[in-house]
Amino acid sequence: MIDGFIALYIFMLAAFTGYEVIGRVPTILHTPLMSGSNFVHGIVLVGAMVALGRADTTLELVIGFLGVALGAGNAVGGYVVTERMLEMFKSSKPAGGPAAGKKH
Amino acid sequence: MGSGIASVLVSASYLLAAFLFITGLKRMSSPVTARGGIVWAGAGMVVATIATFFTPDMGNIVLILVAIALGGGVAWITGKRVAMTDMPQMIALYNGMGGGAAAAIAAVELFKGEAHSTVVLALAVLGGLIGAVSFSGSLIAFGKLQDLIKRSFRFRGQNFVNLALLLASVLVGASLVLAAAGPVPGMVTLFFGLALVLGVTMTLPIGGADMPVVISLYNALTGLAVAFEGFVLNNAAMIIAGMVVGSAGTLLTQLMAKAMNRSLANVLFSGFGETAGPQGEVSGSMKPIDAADVGVMMAFAQKVIIVPGYGMAVAQAQHKVWELAKLLQERGVTVKFAIHPVAGRMPGHMNVLLAEAGVPYDVIYDESEINAEFDNTDVALIIGANDVVNPAARTDKSSPIYGMPILNADKSRNVIVIKRGKGAGFSGIENGLFFLDNTHMLYGDGQAVAAALIQAVKAL
Repeated sequence: MIDGFIALYIFMLAAFTGYEVIGRVPTILHTPLMSGSNFVHGIVLVGAMVALGRADTTLELVIGFLGVALGAGNAVGGYVVTERMLEMFKSSKPAGGPAAGKKH
Repeated sequence: MGSGIASVLVSASYLLAAFLFITGLKRMSSPVTARGGIVWAGAGMVVATIATFFTPDMGNIVLILVAIALGGGVAWITGKRVAMTDMPQMIALYNGMGGGAAAAIAAVELFKGEAHSTVVLALAVLGGLIGAVSFSGSLIAFGKLQDLIKRSFRFRGQNFVNLALLLASVLVGASLVLAAAGPVPGMVTLFFGLALVLGVTMTLPIGGADMPVVISLYNALTGLAVAFEGFVLNNAAMIIAGMVVGSAGTLLTQLMAKAMNRSLANVLFSGFGETAGPQGEVSGSMKPIDAADVGVMMAFAQKVIIVPGYGMAVAQAQHKVWELAKLLQERGVTVKFAIHPVAGRMPGHMNVLLAEAGVPYDVIYDESEINAEFDNTDVALIIGANDVVNPAARTDKSSPIYGMPILNADKSRNVIVIKRGKGAGFSGIENGLFFLDNTHMLYGDGQAVAAALIQAVKAL
Protein backbone atom coordinates (compact mmCIF):
# COMPACT_ATOMS: atom_id res chain seq x y z
CA MET A 1 0.00 0.00 0.00
CA ILE A 2 1.36 3.42 0.88
CA ASP A 3 4.80 3.42 2.33
CA GLY A 4 8.09 5.27 2.47
CA PHE A 5 8.67 7.68 -0.35
CA ILE A 6 5.25 7.20 -1.92
CA ALA A 7 3.72 8.71 1.23
CA LEU A 8 6.17 11.60 1.05
CA TYR A 9 5.17 12.22 -2.58
CA ILE A 10 1.53 12.29 -1.52
CA PHE A 11 2.34 14.71 1.32
CA MET A 12 4.17 17.03 -1.04
CA LEU A 13 1.68 17.01 -3.90
CA ALA A 14 -1.25 17.51 -1.51
CA ALA A 15 0.55 20.46 0.06
CA PHE A 16 0.99 22.11 -3.34
CA THR A 17 -2.63 21.42 -4.18
CA GLY A 18 -3.83 23.17 -1.03
CA TYR A 19 -1.58 26.14 -1.71
CA GLU A 20 -2.82 26.47 -5.30
CA VAL A 21 -6.49 26.04 -4.48
CA ILE A 22 -6.51 28.83 -1.92
CA GLY A 23 -4.01 31.12 -3.60
CA ARG A 24 -6.55 32.76 -5.90
CA VAL A 25 -9.38 33.19 -3.45
CA PRO A 26 -11.07 36.60 -3.15
CA THR A 27 -11.13 38.04 0.39
CA ILE A 28 -14.91 37.79 0.58
CA LEU A 29 -14.69 34.02 0.56
CA HIS A 30 -11.98 33.70 3.20
CA THR A 31 -14.31 32.87 6.08
CA PRO A 32 -16.45 30.37 4.14
CA LEU A 33 -13.29 28.78 2.78
CA MET A 34 -11.68 28.50 6.18
CA SER A 35 -14.92 26.92 7.32
CA GLY A 36 -14.93 24.64 4.25
CA SER A 37 -11.37 23.48 4.87
CA ASN A 38 -12.33 22.97 8.52
CA PHE A 39 -15.04 20.63 7.23
CA VAL A 40 -12.62 18.76 4.95
CA HIS A 41 -10.29 17.81 7.80
CA GLY A 42 -13.40 16.24 9.35
CA ILE A 43 -12.19 13.22 7.35
CA VAL A 44 -10.43 12.47 10.64
CA LEU A 45 -13.77 10.79 11.40
CA VAL A 46 -12.86 7.76 9.26
CA GLY A 47 -9.54 7.39 11.08
CA ALA A 48 -11.28 7.54 14.44
CA MET A 49 -13.77 4.92 13.20
CA VAL A 50 -10.92 2.59 12.32
CA ALA A 51 -9.27 3.23 15.69
CA LEU A 52 -12.50 2.45 17.56
CA GLY A 53 -13.20 -0.47 15.25
CA ARG A 54 -9.97 -2.10 16.37
CA ALA A 55 -10.07 -1.06 20.04
CA ASP A 56 -9.94 -3.87 22.62
CA THR A 57 -9.42 -2.60 26.17
CA THR A 58 -11.90 -0.35 27.98
CA LEU A 59 -9.46 2.56 27.81
CA GLU A 60 -9.07 2.18 24.05
CA LEU A 61 -12.84 1.91 23.66
CA VAL A 62 -13.45 5.09 25.67
CA ILE A 63 -10.82 7.11 23.80
CA GLY A 64 -11.95 5.68 20.46
CA PHE A 65 -15.57 6.53 21.23
CA LEU A 66 -14.59 10.11 22.12
CA GLY A 67 -12.53 10.31 18.92
CA VAL A 68 -15.44 9.20 16.70
CA ALA A 69 -17.87 11.56 18.45
CA LEU A 70 -15.44 14.49 18.09
CA GLY A 71 -14.66 13.60 14.48
CA ALA A 72 -18.36 13.39 13.62
CA GLY A 73 -18.84 16.78 15.32
CA ASN A 74 -16.06 18.25 13.17
CA ALA A 75 -17.52 16.86 9.95
CA VAL A 76 -21.21 17.58 10.59
CA GLY A 77 -20.73 20.96 12.28
CA GLY A 78 -18.24 22.05 9.63
CA TYR A 79 -20.68 21.11 6.87
CA VAL A 80 -23.69 22.82 8.44
CA VAL A 81 -22.01 26.18 9.12
CA THR A 82 -20.21 26.26 5.75
CA GLU A 83 -23.42 25.43 3.90
CA ARG A 84 -25.30 28.15 5.80
CA MET A 85 -22.65 30.74 5.00
CA LEU A 86 -22.40 29.85 1.33
CA GLU A 87 -26.17 29.81 0.95
CA MET A 88 -26.03 33.58 1.22
CA PHE A 89 -23.79 33.89 -1.79
CA LYS A 90 -26.50 32.46 -4.02
CA SER A 91 -27.00 35.51 -6.19
CA SER A 92 -25.70 39.03 -6.47
CA LYS A 93 -29.12 40.61 -6.62
CA PRO A 94 -30.54 41.80 -3.30
CA ALA A 95 -32.57 39.02 -1.74
CA GLY A 96 -33.80 41.05 1.24
CA GLY A 97 -35.46 39.71 4.32
CA PRO A 98 -33.75 37.85 7.09
CA ALA A 99 -32.01 34.72 5.90
CA ALA A 100 -32.15 31.32 7.50
CA GLY A 101 -30.43 30.97 10.81
CA LYS A 102 -33.03 32.89 12.75
CA LYS A 103 -34.68 29.65 13.72
CA HIS A 104 -35.58 29.47 17.31
CA MET B 1 -3.79 -5.43 5.86
CA GLY B 2 -6.28 -7.60 4.00
CA SER B 3 -6.16 -7.54 0.24
CA GLY B 4 -9.69 -8.79 -0.39
CA ILE B 5 -12.28 -7.17 -2.58
CA ALA B 6 -13.55 -5.14 0.40
CA SER B 7 -10.25 -3.41 0.99
CA VAL B 8 -9.94 -2.57 -2.73
CA LEU B 9 -13.42 -1.02 -2.64
CA VAL B 10 -12.51 0.97 0.48
CA SER B 11 -9.36 2.29 -1.20
CA ALA B 12 -11.29 3.18 -4.35
CA SER B 13 -13.87 5.05 -2.26
CA TYR B 14 -11.11 7.02 -0.54
CA LEU B 15 -9.68 7.95 -3.93
CA LEU B 16 -13.09 9.20 -5.00
CA ALA B 17 -13.45 11.10 -1.69
CA ALA B 18 -10.07 12.82 -2.16
CA PHE B 19 -11.14 13.88 -5.67
CA LEU B 20 -14.45 15.24 -4.34
CA PHE B 21 -12.71 17.16 -1.52
CA ILE B 22 -10.25 18.90 -3.82
CA THR B 23 -12.91 19.68 -6.43
CA GLY B 24 -15.15 20.98 -3.66
CA LEU B 25 -12.48 23.29 -2.24
CA LYS B 26 -11.67 24.50 -5.74
CA ARG B 27 -15.32 25.35 -6.36
CA MET B 28 -15.53 27.07 -2.97
CA SER B 29 -12.84 29.50 -4.08
CA SER B 30 -15.13 31.34 -6.49
CA PRO B 31 -18.38 33.09 -5.47
CA VAL B 32 -20.24 31.66 -8.47
CA THR B 33 -19.58 28.00 -7.73
CA ALA B 34 -19.01 28.22 -3.95
CA ARG B 35 -22.47 26.97 -3.02
CA GLY B 36 -21.98 23.75 -4.96
CA GLY B 37 -18.46 23.30 -3.61
CA ILE B 38 -19.53 22.30 -0.13
CA VAL B 39 -21.98 19.79 -1.60
CA TRP B 40 -19.15 18.11 -3.55
CA ALA B 41 -16.98 17.95 -0.45
CA GLY B 42 -19.95 16.72 1.57
CA ALA B 43 -20.53 13.89 -0.91
CA GLY B 44 -16.86 12.94 -0.47
CA MET B 45 -17.33 12.74 3.29
CA VAL B 46 -20.41 10.52 2.97
CA VAL B 47 -18.65 8.17 0.52
CA ALA B 48 -15.57 7.87 2.76
CA THR B 49 -17.61 7.35 5.94
CA ILE B 50 -19.80 4.60 4.47
CA ALA B 51 -16.80 2.87 2.88
CA THR B 52 -14.98 2.80 6.22
CA PHE B 53 -17.62 0.46 7.69
CA PHE B 54 -16.41 -2.15 5.18
CA THR B 55 -12.77 -1.95 6.28
CA PRO B 56 -11.53 -5.48 7.09
CA ASP B 57 -11.41 -6.32 10.83
CA MET B 58 -13.86 -3.63 11.90
CA GLY B 59 -15.54 -4.31 15.22
CA ASN B 60 -17.60 -2.24 17.65
CA ILE B 61 -19.96 -1.18 14.85
CA VAL B 62 -22.77 -0.30 17.28
CA LEU B 63 -20.45 1.88 19.39
CA ILE B 64 -19.27 3.63 16.24
CA LEU B 65 -22.84 4.34 15.13
CA VAL B 66 -23.78 5.66 18.59
CA ALA B 67 -20.71 7.92 18.69
CA ILE B 68 -21.44 9.30 15.21
CA ALA B 69 -25.08 9.94 16.10
CA LEU B 70 -24.06 11.65 19.33
CA GLY B 71 -21.26 13.88 18.01
CA GLY B 72 -22.95 14.53 14.68
CA GLY B 73 -26.32 15.22 16.28
CA VAL B 74 -25.01 17.78 18.75
CA ALA B 75 -22.98 19.49 16.01
CA TRP B 76 -25.97 19.50 13.64
CA ILE B 77 -28.24 21.19 16.18
CA THR B 78 -25.68 23.76 17.35
CA GLY B 79 -24.58 24.48 13.78
CA LYS B 80 -28.15 25.09 12.61
CA ARG B 81 -29.04 27.29 15.56
CA VAL B 82 -26.00 29.51 15.89
CA ALA B 83 -26.41 33.10 14.71
CA MET B 84 -24.31 34.27 11.77
CA THR B 85 -22.48 36.67 14.08
CA ASP B 86 -21.21 33.78 16.19
CA MET B 87 -19.77 31.78 13.28
CA PRO B 88 -16.09 32.39 14.16
CA GLN B 89 -16.29 30.67 17.53
CA MET B 90 -18.29 27.78 16.08
CA ILE B 91 -15.56 27.21 13.47
CA ALA B 92 -13.04 27.27 16.32
CA LEU B 93 -15.12 24.73 18.24
CA TYR B 94 -15.61 22.28 15.36
CA ASN B 95 -11.96 22.64 14.45
CA GLY B 96 -10.98 21.81 18.01
CA MET B 97 -13.12 18.68 17.80
CA GLY B 98 -11.16 17.57 14.73
CA GLY B 99 -7.89 18.12 16.59
CA GLY B 100 -9.24 16.12 19.51
CA ALA B 101 -10.22 13.27 17.19
CA ALA B 102 -6.70 13.20 15.69
CA ALA B 103 -5.22 13.13 19.20
CA ALA B 104 -7.62 10.29 20.12
CA ILE B 105 -6.41 8.22 17.14
CA ALA B 106 -2.82 8.74 18.28
CA ALA B 107 -3.74 7.84 21.86
CA VAL B 108 -5.44 4.57 20.84
CA GLU B 109 -2.46 3.60 18.69
CA LEU B 110 0.04 4.44 21.44
CA PHE B 111 -1.92 2.70 24.21
CA LYS B 112 -2.20 -0.38 22.00
CA GLY B 113 1.59 -0.41 21.97
CA GLU B 114 1.79 -2.57 18.84
CA ALA B 115 5.08 -2.83 17.01
CA HIS B 116 5.46 0.02 14.54
CA SER B 117 8.43 1.43 12.68
CA THR B 118 10.11 4.47 14.23
CA VAL B 119 8.78 6.73 11.46
CA VAL B 120 5.18 5.62 12.06
CA LEU B 121 5.54 6.08 15.83
CA ALA B 122 7.15 9.49 15.37
CA LEU B 123 4.31 10.66 13.13
CA ALA B 124 1.71 9.26 15.50
CA VAL B 125 3.31 11.21 18.37
CA LEU B 126 3.72 14.39 16.32
CA GLY B 127 0.13 14.25 15.08
CA GLY B 128 -1.03 13.57 18.62
CA LEU B 129 0.88 16.56 19.97
CA ILE B 130 -0.43 18.92 17.28
CA GLY B 131 -3.96 17.55 17.56
CA ALA B 132 -4.06 17.91 21.34
CA VAL B 133 -2.68 21.47 21.22
CA SER B 134 -5.23 22.35 18.53
CA PHE B 135 -7.99 20.77 20.62
CA SER B 136 -7.40 22.62 23.89
CA GLY B 137 -6.24 25.80 22.11
CA SER B 138 -9.38 25.95 19.97
CA LEU B 139 -11.58 25.41 23.01
CA ILE B 140 -9.90 28.40 24.69
CA ALA B 141 -10.37 30.44 21.51
CA PHE B 142 -14.04 29.44 21.52
CA GLY B 143 -14.35 30.46 25.17
CA LYS B 144 -12.77 33.84 24.48
CA LEU B 145 -14.94 34.69 21.49
CA GLN B 146 -18.05 33.44 23.29
CA ASP B 147 -17.09 35.76 26.20
CA LEU B 148 -16.83 32.81 28.58
CA ILE B 149 -13.22 33.83 29.19
CA LYS B 150 -13.22 37.57 29.56
CA ARG B 151 -9.61 38.56 29.89
CA SER B 152 -6.20 37.66 28.57
CA PHE B 153 -4.00 36.00 31.17
CA ARG B 154 -0.42 37.08 31.07
CA PHE B 155 2.42 36.70 33.47
CA ARG B 156 6.14 37.22 33.42
CA GLY B 157 8.09 34.47 31.73
CA GLN B 158 5.04 33.19 29.93
CA ASN B 159 6.99 32.42 26.79
CA PHE B 160 9.53 30.59 28.91
CA VAL B 161 6.80 28.44 30.47
CA ASN B 162 5.35 27.67 27.03
CA LEU B 163 8.76 26.79 25.68
CA ALA B 164 9.42 24.55 28.67
CA LEU B 165 6.07 22.82 28.16
CA LEU B 166 6.78 22.33 24.46
CA LEU B 167 10.25 20.91 25.19
CA ALA B 168 8.85 18.61 27.86
CA SER B 169 6.14 17.29 25.49
CA VAL B 170 8.68 16.74 22.73
CA LEU B 171 11.03 14.91 25.12
CA VAL B 172 8.28 12.68 26.51
CA GLY B 173 7.05 12.15 22.94
CA ALA B 174 10.57 11.14 21.84
CA SER B 175 10.79 8.68 24.74
CA LEU B 176 7.53 7.11 23.51
CA VAL B 177 8.99 6.70 20.03
CA LEU B 178 12.29 5.28 21.23
CA ALA B 179 11.03 3.01 24.02
CA ALA B 180 12.30 -0.43 23.12
CA ALA B 181 9.37 -2.34 24.63
CA GLY B 182 6.74 -0.05 23.11
CA PRO B 183 5.17 3.06 24.67
CA VAL B 184 4.57 2.92 28.47
CA PRO B 185 0.92 3.82 29.29
CA GLY B 186 1.90 6.24 32.08
CA MET B 187 4.17 8.17 29.73
CA VAL B 188 1.44 8.29 27.08
CA THR B 189 -0.92 9.89 29.61
CA LEU B 190 1.77 12.36 30.67
CA PHE B 191 2.45 13.22 27.02
CA PHE B 192 -1.16 14.10 26.23
CA GLY B 193 -1.54 15.96 29.53
CA LEU B 194 1.44 18.18 28.67
CA ALA B 195 0.18 18.79 25.14
CA LEU B 196 -3.30 19.79 26.35
CA VAL B 197 -1.87 22.20 28.92
CA LEU B 198 0.41 23.68 26.25
CA GLY B 199 -2.60 24.45 24.03
CA VAL B 200 -4.24 26.29 26.93
CA THR B 201 -1.23 28.34 27.99
CA MET B 202 -0.38 29.19 24.38
CA THR B 203 -3.84 30.56 23.65
CA LEU B 204 -4.78 32.30 26.92
CA PRO B 205 -2.52 35.33 26.44
CA ILE B 206 -3.64 35.93 22.87
CA GLY B 207 -6.44 38.39 22.41
CA GLY B 208 -7.80 41.27 20.47
CA ALA B 209 -7.49 41.37 16.73
CA ASP B 210 -5.10 38.39 16.79
CA MET B 211 -7.89 35.89 17.48
CA PRO B 212 -8.81 35.20 13.81
CA VAL B 213 -5.19 34.45 13.00
CA VAL B 214 -5.02 31.96 15.83
CA ILE B 215 -8.21 30.17 14.75
CA SER B 216 -6.85 29.92 11.22
CA LEU B 217 -3.55 28.60 12.55
CA TYR B 218 -5.28 25.89 14.58
CA ASN B 219 -7.31 25.00 11.49
CA ALA B 220 -4.07 24.42 9.56
CA LEU B 221 -2.57 22.50 12.50
CA THR B 222 -5.55 20.17 12.73
CA GLY B 223 -5.14 19.47 9.01
CA LEU B 224 -1.50 18.50 9.59
CA ALA B 225 -2.39 16.31 12.56
CA VAL B 226 -5.00 14.52 10.44
CA ALA B 227 -2.47 13.95 7.66
CA PHE B 228 0.07 12.47 10.11
CA GLU B 229 -2.48 10.14 11.69
CA GLY B 230 -3.54 9.19 8.15
CA PHE B 231 0.02 7.99 7.58
CA VAL B 232 -0.14 5.95 10.78
CA LEU B 233 -3.41 4.31 9.72
CA ASN B 234 -2.28 3.90 6.13
CA ASN B 235 -5.27 5.99 5.04
CA ALA B 236 -4.73 7.97 1.80
CA ALA B 237 -7.92 10.02 2.12
CA MET B 238 -6.76 11.37 5.48
CA ILE B 239 -3.26 12.11 4.20
CA ILE B 240 -4.50 14.02 1.17
CA ALA B 241 -7.38 15.91 2.79
CA GLY B 242 -5.32 16.71 5.90
CA MET B 243 -2.32 17.95 3.95
CA VAL B 244 -4.42 20.06 1.56
CA VAL B 245 -6.04 21.76 4.57
CA GLY B 246 -2.67 22.03 6.31
CA SER B 247 -1.07 23.97 3.48
CA ALA B 248 -4.16 25.96 2.50
CA GLY B 249 -4.68 26.91 6.13
CA THR B 250 -1.05 27.95 6.55
CA LEU B 251 -1.31 30.22 3.50
CA LEU B 252 -4.57 31.71 4.79
CA THR B 253 -2.98 32.31 8.20
CA GLN B 254 -0.07 34.11 6.58
CA LEU B 255 -2.41 36.27 4.48
CA MET B 256 -4.26 37.28 7.64
CA ALA B 257 -1.14 38.04 9.66
CA LYS B 258 0.14 40.09 6.74
CA ALA B 259 -3.09 42.08 6.57
CA MET B 260 -2.38 43.16 10.13
CA ASN B 261 1.30 43.74 9.49
CA ARG B 262 2.21 41.26 12.20
CA SER B 263 4.34 38.18 11.87
CA LEU B 264 2.99 34.87 13.08
CA ALA B 265 5.70 34.74 15.75
CA ASN B 266 4.53 38.13 16.93
CA VAL B 267 0.95 36.95 17.22
CA LEU B 268 1.91 33.85 19.19
CA PHE B 269 4.62 35.13 21.46
CA SER B 270 3.88 38.75 22.27
CA GLY B 271 0.60 39.49 23.97
CA PHE B 272 -1.37 41.98 21.93
CA GLY B 273 -0.90 45.55 23.11
CA GLU B 274 1.49 44.55 25.88
CA THR B 275 4.82 45.04 24.20
CA ALA B 276 4.39 48.68 23.24
CA GLY B 277 5.59 51.55 25.36
CA PRO B 278 3.37 54.43 26.43
CA GLN B 279 1.01 55.33 23.62
CA GLY B 280 0.90 58.78 22.08
CA GLU B 281 -1.41 61.20 23.84
CA VAL B 282 -4.81 61.65 22.26
CA SER B 283 -5.99 65.21 22.60
CA GLY B 284 -9.23 67.00 21.79
CA SER B 285 -12.75 65.97 22.63
CA MET B 286 -15.40 63.72 21.15
CA LYS B 287 -18.28 65.67 19.65
CA PRO B 288 -21.69 64.01 19.80
CA ILE B 289 -24.25 64.44 17.02
CA ASP B 290 -27.84 63.27 16.67
CA ALA B 291 -29.38 60.98 14.08
CA ALA B 292 -31.49 63.65 12.39
CA ASP B 293 -28.42 65.73 11.53
CA VAL B 294 -26.57 62.72 10.21
CA GLY B 295 -29.63 61.80 8.10
CA VAL B 296 -29.58 65.23 6.44
CA MET B 297 -25.82 65.09 5.96
CA MET B 298 -25.99 61.73 4.16
CA ALA B 299 -29.14 62.41 2.16
CA PHE B 300 -27.54 65.43 0.53
CA ALA B 301 -24.12 63.90 0.09
CA GLN B 302 -22.78 62.70 -3.24
CA LYS B 303 -20.85 59.81 -1.89
CA VAL B 304 -21.11 57.84 1.33
CA ILE B 305 -18.79 55.05 2.35
CA ILE B 306 -19.99 52.70 5.09
CA VAL B 307 -17.32 51.00 7.20
CA PRO B 308 -18.73 48.10 9.20
CA GLY B 309 -16.95 46.40 12.07
CA TYR B 310 -17.62 43.86 14.78
CA GLY B 311 -20.01 46.30 16.51
CA MET B 312 -22.39 45.92 13.56
CA ALA B 313 -22.29 42.16 14.03
CA VAL B 314 -23.02 42.39 17.76
CA ALA B 315 -25.95 44.75 17.16
CA GLN B 316 -27.26 42.55 14.28
CA ALA B 317 -27.54 45.82 12.38
CA GLN B 318 -26.65 44.54 8.90
CA HIS B 319 -30.27 44.45 7.61
CA LYS B 320 -31.04 47.98 8.80
CA VAL B 321 -27.75 49.26 7.43
CA TRP B 322 -28.53 47.85 3.98
CA GLU B 323 -32.05 49.34 4.15
CA LEU B 324 -30.46 52.71 4.90
CA ALA B 325 -28.00 52.29 2.03
CA LYS B 326 -30.83 51.47 -0.39
CA LEU B 327 -32.76 54.59 0.71
CA LEU B 328 -29.69 56.72 0.03
CA GLN B 329 -29.16 55.05 -3.34
CA GLU B 330 -32.75 55.91 -4.31
CA ARG B 331 -31.91 59.55 -3.65
CA GLY B 332 -28.97 59.33 -6.02
CA VAL B 333 -26.23 59.05 -3.41
CA THR B 334 -23.34 56.77 -4.30
CA VAL B 335 -23.04 54.26 -1.45
CA LYS B 336 -20.12 51.90 -1.06
CA PHE B 337 -19.14 49.48 1.67
CA ALA B 338 -15.48 49.40 2.70
CA ILE B 339 -14.29 46.26 4.39
CA HIS B 340 -10.98 45.84 6.09
CA PRO B 341 -9.46 42.36 5.75
CA VAL B 342 -9.54 41.79 9.50
CA ALA B 343 -12.74 43.65 10.35
CA GLY B 344 -14.82 41.51 12.67
CA ARG B 345 -13.35 38.41 14.19
CA MET B 346 -12.40 36.60 10.97
CA PRO B 347 -11.33 37.65 7.50
CA GLY B 348 -14.44 38.02 5.40
CA HIS B 349 -16.67 38.02 8.51
CA MET B 350 -18.26 41.32 7.44
CA ASN B 351 -18.77 40.05 3.89
CA VAL B 352 -20.73 37.12 5.21
CA LEU B 353 -22.97 39.38 7.32
CA LEU B 354 -23.58 41.83 4.47
CA ALA B 355 -24.33 38.93 2.16
CA GLU B 356 -26.84 37.71 4.75
CA ALA B 357 -28.58 41.08 4.56
CA GLY B 358 -28.66 40.84 0.77
CA VAL B 359 -26.00 43.43 -0.08
CA PRO B 360 -24.71 42.65 -3.59
CA TYR B 361 -20.99 42.13 -3.66
CA ASP B 362 -20.35 44.72 -6.36
CA VAL B 363 -20.86 47.57 -3.84
CA ILE B 364 -18.44 46.00 -1.37
CA TYR B 365 -14.78 46.96 -1.64
CA ASP B 366 -11.74 45.93 0.28
CA GLU B 367 -9.14 48.19 1.79
CA SER B 368 -6.75 48.38 -1.17
CA GLU B 369 -9.56 49.02 -3.68
CA ILE B 370 -11.26 51.87 -1.86
CA ASN B 371 -8.63 53.67 0.20
CA ALA B 372 -7.90 56.29 -2.47
CA GLU B 373 -11.60 57.19 -2.61
CA PHE B 374 -11.97 58.52 0.93
CA ASP B 375 -10.41 61.85 -0.18
CA ASN B 376 -13.48 62.67 -2.29
CA THR B 377 -16.07 61.14 0.02
CA ASP B 378 -18.59 63.33 1.79
CA VAL B 379 -19.50 61.03 4.64
CA ALA B 380 -17.70 58.02 6.05
CA LEU B 381 -20.17 56.16 8.27
CA ILE B 382 -18.35 53.90 10.70
CA ILE B 383 -20.49 51.29 12.39
CA GLY B 384 -18.82 49.43 15.19
CA ALA B 385 -15.36 49.45 13.60
CA ASN B 386 -12.46 50.76 15.63
CA ASP B 387 -8.88 49.57 15.20
CA VAL B 388 -9.20 49.20 11.42
CA VAL B 389 -9.82 52.96 11.08
CA ASN B 390 -7.37 54.12 13.75
CA PRO B 391 -4.96 56.63 12.14
CA ALA B 392 -2.39 55.79 14.83
CA ALA B 393 -1.52 52.80 12.64
CA ARG B 394 -0.09 55.28 10.11
CA THR B 395 1.50 57.82 12.45
CA ASP B 396 2.14 56.61 15.99
CA LYS B 397 5.19 54.37 16.21
CA SER B 398 4.47 53.48 19.83
CA SER B 399 1.01 52.12 19.02
CA PRO B 400 0.64 48.33 19.03
CA ILE B 401 -1.09 48.51 15.67
CA TYR B 402 1.54 50.77 14.06
CA GLY B 403 2.14 49.69 10.47
CA MET B 404 -1.16 47.86 10.05
CA PRO B 405 -2.84 48.95 6.81
CA ILE B 406 -6.02 50.78 7.76
CA LEU B 407 -9.03 52.27 6.00
CA ASN B 408 -8.32 55.99 5.61
CA ALA B 409 -11.78 57.03 6.78
CA ASP B 410 -10.28 60.08 8.52
CA LYS B 411 -9.57 61.61 5.10
CA SER B 412 -13.23 62.01 4.18
CA ARG B 413 -14.96 65.36 4.64
CA ASN B 414 -17.15 64.10 7.47
CA VAL B 415 -16.69 61.08 9.66
CA ILE B 416 -19.64 59.73 11.64
CA VAL B 417 -18.83 57.08 14.20
CA ILE B 418 -21.69 54.93 15.50
CA LYS B 419 -20.58 53.53 18.81
CA ARG B 420 -22.23 52.17 21.89
CA GLY B 421 -20.20 54.14 24.42
CA LYS B 422 -17.04 56.10 24.92
CA GLY B 423 -14.74 53.22 25.82
CA ALA B 424 -11.86 51.86 23.78
CA GLY B 425 -12.47 48.88 21.46
CA PHE B 426 -11.85 45.14 21.65
CA SER B 427 -8.10 45.64 21.64
CA GLY B 428 -8.21 48.41 24.26
CA ILE B 429 -6.39 50.96 22.09
CA GLU B 430 -7.46 54.64 22.11
CA ASN B 431 -8.58 55.83 18.69
CA GLY B 432 -7.45 59.31 17.65
CA LEU B 433 -10.01 59.30 14.83
CA PHE B 434 -12.81 59.92 17.36
CA PHE B 435 -11.20 63.20 18.38
CA LEU B 436 -10.63 64.72 14.93
CA ASP B 437 -12.31 68.00 13.93
CA ASN B 438 -14.25 66.35 11.10
CA THR B 439 -15.48 63.47 13.29
CA HIS B 440 -18.80 63.31 15.11
CA MET B 441 -19.96 60.57 17.43
CA LEU B 442 -23.41 59.04 17.16
CA TYR B 443 -23.87 57.06 20.36
CA GLY B 444 -26.22 54.09 20.60
CA ASP B 445 -26.84 50.48 19.66
CA GLY B 446 -26.01 49.93 15.99
CA GLN B 447 -29.40 48.60 15.04
CA ALA B 448 -31.36 51.32 16.88
CA VAL B 449 -29.17 54.04 15.40
CA ALA B 450 -29.53 52.63 11.89
CA ALA B 451 -33.32 52.58 12.35
CA ALA B 452 -33.23 56.19 13.53
CA LEU B 453 -31.15 57.16 10.48
CA ILE B 454 -33.67 55.45 8.19
CA GLN B 455 -36.46 57.50 9.79
CA ALA B 456 -34.40 60.67 9.46
CA VAL B 457 -33.77 60.12 5.76
CA LYS B 458 -37.41 59.13 5.09
CA ALA B 459 -38.64 62.26 6.84
CA LEU B 460 -36.86 64.54 4.39
